[in-house]
Amino acid sequence: MVMEIVCPAGTPAALRAAVKAGAHTVYCGFNDETNARNFPGLNFSRSEMRDGVAFAHDHGAKVLVAINTFPRAGDEVIWHHAISDADACGANAVILADPGLLDHASRNHPRLRRHLSVQAAAANADIINFYAKTFDVKRVVLPRVLSVPEIAAINAETTVETEVFVFGGLCVMAEGRCSLSSYATGLSPNMNGVCSPASHVDYAEDQGALDARLGGYLIHRVEKGQPAPYPTLCKGCFSAGDKTGHLFEDPVSLNAERLIPQLHKAGVTALKIEGRQRSKSYVAQVVRNFRAAVDALEAGRPLPEGMLARLSEGQAMTTGAYKKTWR
Amino acid sequence: MSHPQNPIPHCPAALAAMLRVVPLAPLSLSLTVFSRRIAQNNPGLVQRLGEYDRTGFVLDPTDLPIVMCLNPNGGLPKVTLCRQPSKGAARISGPLAALLGLVHGAFDGDALFFSRDLVVEGDTGAALALRNAIDDAELNLAQEATALSGPFARPVQQLIAFAERQTGLCLNRPEDSVIW
Repeated sequence: MVMEIVCPAGTPAALRAAVKAGAHTVYCGFNDETNARNFPGLNFSRSEMRDGVAFAHDHGAKVLVAINTFPRAGDEVIWHHAISDADACGANAVILADPGLLDHASRNHPRLRRHLSVQAAAANADIINFYAKTFDVKRVVLPRVLSVPEIAAINAETTVETEVFVFGGLCVMAEGRCSLSSYATGLSPNMNGVCSPASHVDYAEDQGALDARLGGYLIHRVEKGQPAPYPTLCKGCFSAGDKTGHLFEDPVSLNAERLIPQLHKAGVTALKIEGRQRSKSYVAQVVRNFRAAVDALEAGRPLPEGMLARLSEGQAMTTGAYKKTWR
Repeated sequence: MSHPQNPIPHCPAALAAMLRVVPLAPLSLSLTVFSRRIAQNNPGLVQRLGEYDRTGFVLDPTDLPIVMCLNPNGGLPKVTLCRQPSKGAARISGPLAALLGLVHGAFDGDALFFSRDLVVEGDTGAALALRNAIDDAELNLAQEATALSGPFARPVQQLIAFAERQTGLCLNRPEDSVIW
């Protein structure tokens, strides 16, 4: 069976670009705090979502709606409306992380397929089987902390489909558990849908060097000509004593393109590309690349050479935890 | 620091030299008319700006001796060209080719940021909203200019195509071919 390419779309134009480039499935979110990419100018109104789903379906592609933040007590109705609107728009599935929302969706929208977001950080077969048994979850997006053999072991113990990230920004934390952004800004991806909210980011160039501040804290400085990273604390460069370095993680992007055959062998159903905050140009190029790789695998041909380094954070790439070669 | 295989083209020196001497007021007026037409034809663009639809943006083509001050003004944009440093809530700087490539969806904004070809200063949220709104609008500046040219549409189209070939600047929206 062909591995499914699950592609990001931050705008209707990106959704169309993804579908035209060959994405089997597109994931996107509403333009509010119900999804973990709640950035200015990004995401879909209700009517844009309806049109986007219709466009995708007309071209044989599926649409998943990410409602993957955690509701505030007392404001659950915002998230409940998002689920019912996704259902009304004809979405093929919703991507949820919060157990309360999973329960709500399974009771009120039983025919709407439920996927477990990476934000739920379900990293072993026991918890995945719990979500399947309790909320009839059909697919889990695995956290980016597992090696390929560990993914194979999980697949051997569950019938829930697995989806893994293969390209894009890399999160070193256990997703859904990281509060680093909220220490500096008061806002977090889990509750507000924003890691390093743009409203709290400041850049300044000084004699060619670029300073990035988050919530007023200098988190890194890159010298003239050096590639710039995203302004996230986990990619920050800090000084302690006489040492300066990336404390949590180097600013690199995940690229597991060359591991696709092994992930296929490990029983993975779908390959996820990160980047709803990226442009339609990125979306089209990355989808074409991965679609060509998956088609080559299916036809028994060697994987084509990738051309994605220039699209990567820090213009450098890693296979992340899949090969467990971090320092 | 663009990728060596696809270097971002430099703006022709002749254009920079010309912009040092031509009066900017008529150019500003023309660009205001042009931007109002774009806003009228693409209402979603201003809607997507949300709270930033009256924010002052400074667009700074670093290889030209001018900057463009753009205020979306709630859908009735105003453009002013200046030769001296100008203030705005958000400033986006980069080679003209990079800025035009962003408008036409040929370049990815984050990739230009990683490579340091694009610099954002001031209100990052506003800059992000503008980038995302323009990316979604799927603009084609050459097509808009041609449509504004009335009986001169054909020669204008030919002139734009010639300029594109000669300079390498991205003046049209590439349909399915992506530069990077």
